[in-house]
Amino acid sequence: MSRKLTEKLWMSGNEAIALGAWEAGVKVASGYPGTPSTEIMENLSTYENVYTEWAPNEKVGLEVALGACFTGVRALATMKHVGLNVAADPLFTASYTGVRGGLVVITADDPEMHSSQNEQDNRNYAFAAKLPMLEPSDPAEAREMLQQAFALSEEFDTPVLFRITTRIAHVKGVLEPAREPAAAVEPGLQKMPAKLVMLPANARARRAVVTERTARLKQFAETYGGNRIEWGDKKRGFVTSGVSYLYVKEAFPEASVLKLGLVHPLPAALIRSFAAGVEEVIVVEELDPFLEIHIKAMGIACRGKELIPEQGELNPYIVRQAIAPGAAGAAKLFQPLALPPRPPNMCAGCPHRGIFYCLSKMDVFVSGDIGCYTLGFLPPLSAMDTCICMGASVSAAHGMLKALGDQGTGKVVAVLGDSTFIHSGITGLINTVYNNSASTVIILDNRITAMTGHQENPASGATILGEAAPALDLEQLCRAVGVKHVVTVDPHDIKATRKILKREIARPEPSVVIARAPCVLLPAEKKRPKFPYCIERDACSGCMSCVGMGCPAISWTPLTPEEARELGFKEKQKGYARISEELCNGCGQCTALCKFGCMTRPEEK
Amino acid sequence: MTAQGNILFCGVGGQGILLASEITAHALLAAGLDVKKSEVHGMAQRGGSVVAHLRFGAKVWSPLIDPGRADLVVAFEMLEAGRYLPFMHEKSRLVVNTHTILPPAVATGKMSYPTDVLDQLRSRGLALTAVDAFAVAKEIGEPRAANVVLVGMLSTWLPVPEETFIKVIESRLPARIREVNIKAFREGRRLAAES
Repeated sequence: MSRKLTEKLWMSGNEAIALGAWEAGVKVASGYPGTPSTEIMENLSTYENVYTEWAPNEKVGLEVALGACFTGVRALATMKHVGLNVAADPLFTASYTGVRGGLVVITADDPEMHSSQNEQDNRNYAFAAKLPMLEPSDPAEAREMLQQAFALSEEFDTPVLFRITTRIAHVKGVLEPAREPAAAVEPGLQKMPAKLVMLPANARARRAVVTERTARLKQFAETYGGNRIEWGDKKRGFVTSGVSYLYVKEAFPEASVLKLGLVHPLPAALIRSFAAGVEEVIVVEELDPFLEIHIKAMGIACRGKELIPEQGELNPYIVRQAIAPGAAGAAKLFQPLALPPRPPNMCAGCPHRGIFYCLSKMDVFVSGDIGCYTLGFLPPLSAMDTCICMGASVSAAHGMLKALGDQGTGKVVAVLGDSTFIHSGITGLINTVYNNSASTVIILDNRITAMTGHQENPASGATILGEAAPALDLEQLCRAVGVKHVVTVDPHDIKATRKILKREIARPEPSVVIARAPCVLLPAEKKRPKFPYCIERDACSGCMSCVGMGCPAISWTPLTPEEARELGFKEKQKGYARISEELCNGCGQCTALCKFGCMTRPEEK
Repeated sequence: MTAQGNILFCGVGGQGILLASEITAHALLAAGLDVKKSEVHGMAQRGGSVVAHLRFGAKVWSPLIDPGRADLVVAFEMLEAGRYLPFMHEKSRLVVNTHTILPPAVATGKMSYPTDVLDQLRSRGLALTAVDAFAVAKEIGEPRAANVVLVGMLSTWLPVPEETFIKVIESRLPARIREVNIKAFREGRRLAAES
């Protein structure tokens, strides 16, 4: 993509980070999709002269970026907050090796859990791994700060953690025009065993280097421009970082603020002088009392979590209410109306629905996983009983069966998606076979990483750029690790799927069922001509079987006895089901449910 | 017309809310204002309730609209207009698409679709313009342009000339849907003037 260097830009935080990475001359970038980080890599892949890829998981992604930086070029790894747990192993030791070219690791945290299973605060990783962490407040600052992150990485010989949150990643703002990227560095290999071979003798020496580095970083933090005092009214002084800074500025525009861009290590002297200049110090931060604990440990009095919630996102309203409840401008709010909820739902024609419908009719405990299919938990299907983290479905099912012994056979099944299976389900499956379990694993292979918005993966047959790539053969892989019973089903064919699931789940040996049908949102599927079904109203008995699938295309119209009579139904009929022609994808799953054969396709008439 | 404000766009995933908020943001930017917009992606999108916060003014800090501070609300689905009531204040102005999309609990017969959402909002003194944007767009020949009909209605409340919006639509939309969307936008403005 060519870049205009004159126009002001309107970009999300993730787009701004991609631009910033390109301007910083990043040569290699690797990541695993995860909300709210996904669009960084997607956007970076549209720039020239930078190699981008989807890795099978975050640990691999970080190791790829680390290896790249060992050749002297700048490298980037991107992931969501929980992804850093997966990548924590290389992260902690990369802190010892340091870098050659700059290495920045982006962690996109999700306070409020808009699209996550927890809201861990990854600033704690900076402390634990002894790494500097930068935290921008908006898209424009994210782009500028990323330049500083690479410079810092190279100057201090350290990976740099770069933390954003949902309200940076998915907020759009105005940016200065694009700039020419930094000059390319010629990569090369250089043997530096004392720095790069982390066996105990070398690691002990590097551990001392890390301590010395942290001391120098603390000095740097005192004068770093991203840490700045904005003097105002001296009554209250706010210490804050990230998006919380914007909420403070909105809620208390007159107050004094110490904005921290480098959240680890902290500038003790700067904080001390700020505290000395105000009557009271209040720390405003989302999630953990990270700044608060470290500031208190410096012996500086401050208040934080006794006022500010430690759960969920903040906003100016919450900040205002927490600090000055009932102050002028705290308007009386309208109370919410009692309305039917509108949770997300699997799409009309989603292949996952067929599997969860079958499981909902069986007496099994469903060990679930992370993806669109986690929605199988919601009513009316209500067919998921655990959801922990990527890949946990397989290993947890094995653990349940080992605990239950013989009585567990046929009672537990693991369900996960193609991308999740590759991410970290395969190791659990190896364990299942190796340790002789009876569990069944259902791989929902919809040919894409769907939840995060359709990213290619090792089984999809294409790279991040859409170029052809070898497609991992899931059947062969499962057989290769020793699963003897591997069977592929079409999840739209409910009757056949149910039969196979019953057989495989009852089997006292490891088995894998691959449910293969493409996501209905894939471009090729969207273009496919649709042959929607409809329900012959007069034939509908009102049994509600089809409604129990929870398909958005099927809806229920309730009837009073009078209305039923007028429409020619029996008075006791409570209503009838309809299929929306606009929404129906013609998958036909519902046809297996109707005992009365009411579903027809107009062109079949 | 005011040179600062908070616009809340709400509806159901897949209704073109992001495009509508993008057109509005670009028009406000072209008028020389600072703009910030916040959206949520991922799990929130699969047919669930969707909201975008857009704030404009000489200088915008927070990307989020506070409860009780949405000056203008564009609801793409009737029930969703009611869901975001706590974001509104007594002087909020609303454009509400009367088109309905049944939430799962209604579609499965467990709950009924509330028929009094507009009355509930009006009874709180809110200035509300109701329109079946889907029907209007269908009339024009492109039901998918319902979102731009609503942008047309919203635009009459913004400190941005009509021509700026037209230029944004011309430069942002693919050629094959440009004309029909300009038509949808103008029809929205006409309907707003009538109401």
